[in-house]
Amino acid sequence: MKPIAWALSLLAATGVVVVAAQGGPPVQGGTQRPTERLEVPPPPFTEGIFPCSACHAGMKVNRTRRQLTDMHAEIALTHDAEHRWCLDCHDAENRDMLHLASGERLSFDESYRLCGQCHGEKYRDWRAGVHGRRTGDWNGHKAYLLCANCHNPHQPRFKPLEPKPAPAPPSGRRK
Amino acid sequence: MDERATLPAPAPACEAERPATRSRLSRREFASCAAAAAAGWLMTACGPKRLVEIPRDRLKSQLRDLEREYSRTFGTAVTVADTPAIPDVLFAYALDISRCIGCRQCVYACVEENNQSRDPQVHWITVLQMDKDKGVDFSHADPYYQPKEVPEDGHFYVPVACQQCRNAPCTKVCPTGATWTEPDGIVVVDYDWCIGCRYCMAACPYGARHFNWGEPTIPAGQLNPKTHVLGNRPRPKGVVEKCTFCIQRTRNGRYPACVEVCPVGARKFGNLLDPESEIRYIIEHKRVLVLKEDLNTVPKFFYFYAT
Repeated sequence: MKPIAWALSLLAATGVVVVAAQGGPPVQGGTQRPTERLEVPPPPFTEGIFPCSACHAGMKVNRTRRQLTDMHAEIALTHDAEHRWCLDCHDAENRDMLHLASGERLSFDESYRLCGQCHGEKYRDWRAGVHGRRTGDWNGHKAYLLCANCHNPHQPRFKPLEPKPAPAPPSGRRK
Repeated sequence: MDERATLPAPAPACEAERPATRSRLSRREFASCAAAAAAGWLMTACGPKRLVEIPRDRLKSQLRDLEREYSRTFGTAVTVADTPAIPDVLFAYALDISRCIGCRQCVYACVEENNQSRDPQVHWITVLQMDKDKGVDFSHADPYYQPKEVPEDGHFYVPVACQQCRNAPCTKVCPTGATWTEPDGIVVVDYDWCIGCRYCMAACPYGARHFNWGEPTIPAGQLNPKTHVLGNRPRPKGVVEKCTFCIQRTRNGRYPACVEVCPVGARKFGNLLDPESEIRYIIEHKRVLVLKEDLNTVPKFFYFYAT
């Protein structure tokens, strides 16, 4: 009996250790912990759209999933539209904030945590400085960009660009 | 004739006479050796010196001369720095092939930052369009693609510049010692010592070195006045030039121009000796490759797939 209990407790202990290791390790390649707030540029709001509460303050919350017609009709959601809707990310109670799946509210300048709920691998790489553009000093202060600075949250696919001119072929080269 | 034939004869006689001083030089030998050494010293010491050999204060005054010359030519205040390598730093670069969309913004940001000639055109970065079916295959790469929008379906893009090899073939073939690897791993060219033989261009397996076939032209007002003597200072006709990891920026802690301009963030840069650097994270966590690995050039320019 005694050895079995001992073995069980050992198993439980290792289980706890494993869970703890998966829970909140510091991000590899960076010294910051995920809970630390990062210095990011202001979120790229459409001009005049923020704060949302300017319009929404006096409105009744309608949680029904529907086609928007009066306002925001220009927003075409191509971000897993089948399963997502406005209030999955935007908070219904405090209109100037977003919320995580857990219900925790967060401001727009912390939106990377919201994106990181599903795109965990990208979030990890972004924190390590591997995903996304960084500017500043390679050995000092580095500036991040928010996910939304490059990816429109409603249509996240990166837009194609016009390429800069091709190099001049050497004279006499036939194409 | 007789004299020459009899010349060796006195030597044994001398030895016989003075066995103790047998290894001593004669007065005549000493005088001629001393004269030759003095002439040799004069010829090398008074001539132009390599950058690494120039005394610090003399280099400074040479740089001031260059600044005056460039400022006069380009009508703007040009600075020529000689910032040395930072200790315990080995620069490395990584480029995410899964992100690059081939927009060529890096190519032109590099031209502006590093004062390449606009006409004749010199580009330090060549973006190669490759076929997804063929993989990284230089024989089917196209640098001249020009669609309306990039990326194009079925293609991926591999920008190629100097790979800053640790075993650089280009520096070995230079007959004048005008190109070498700096302590921070940057392969540089001394434009004053380059004689334009282009051996290094033949030796480079990446096509990363470029020759100024004509007098380089930079339109007025487009010169980047912050220059480094081994980097982006204006070049004369007839010398070879190449990517220096933006030596004028990176030795002051900044990212290279191409890293900052890349709209998709495919370009990464850092210190290979710093375990916390982005570059080390990439090498330790991503699928990394180097171009033409079989040539044993050991590049410090890595390509990776983040996804």
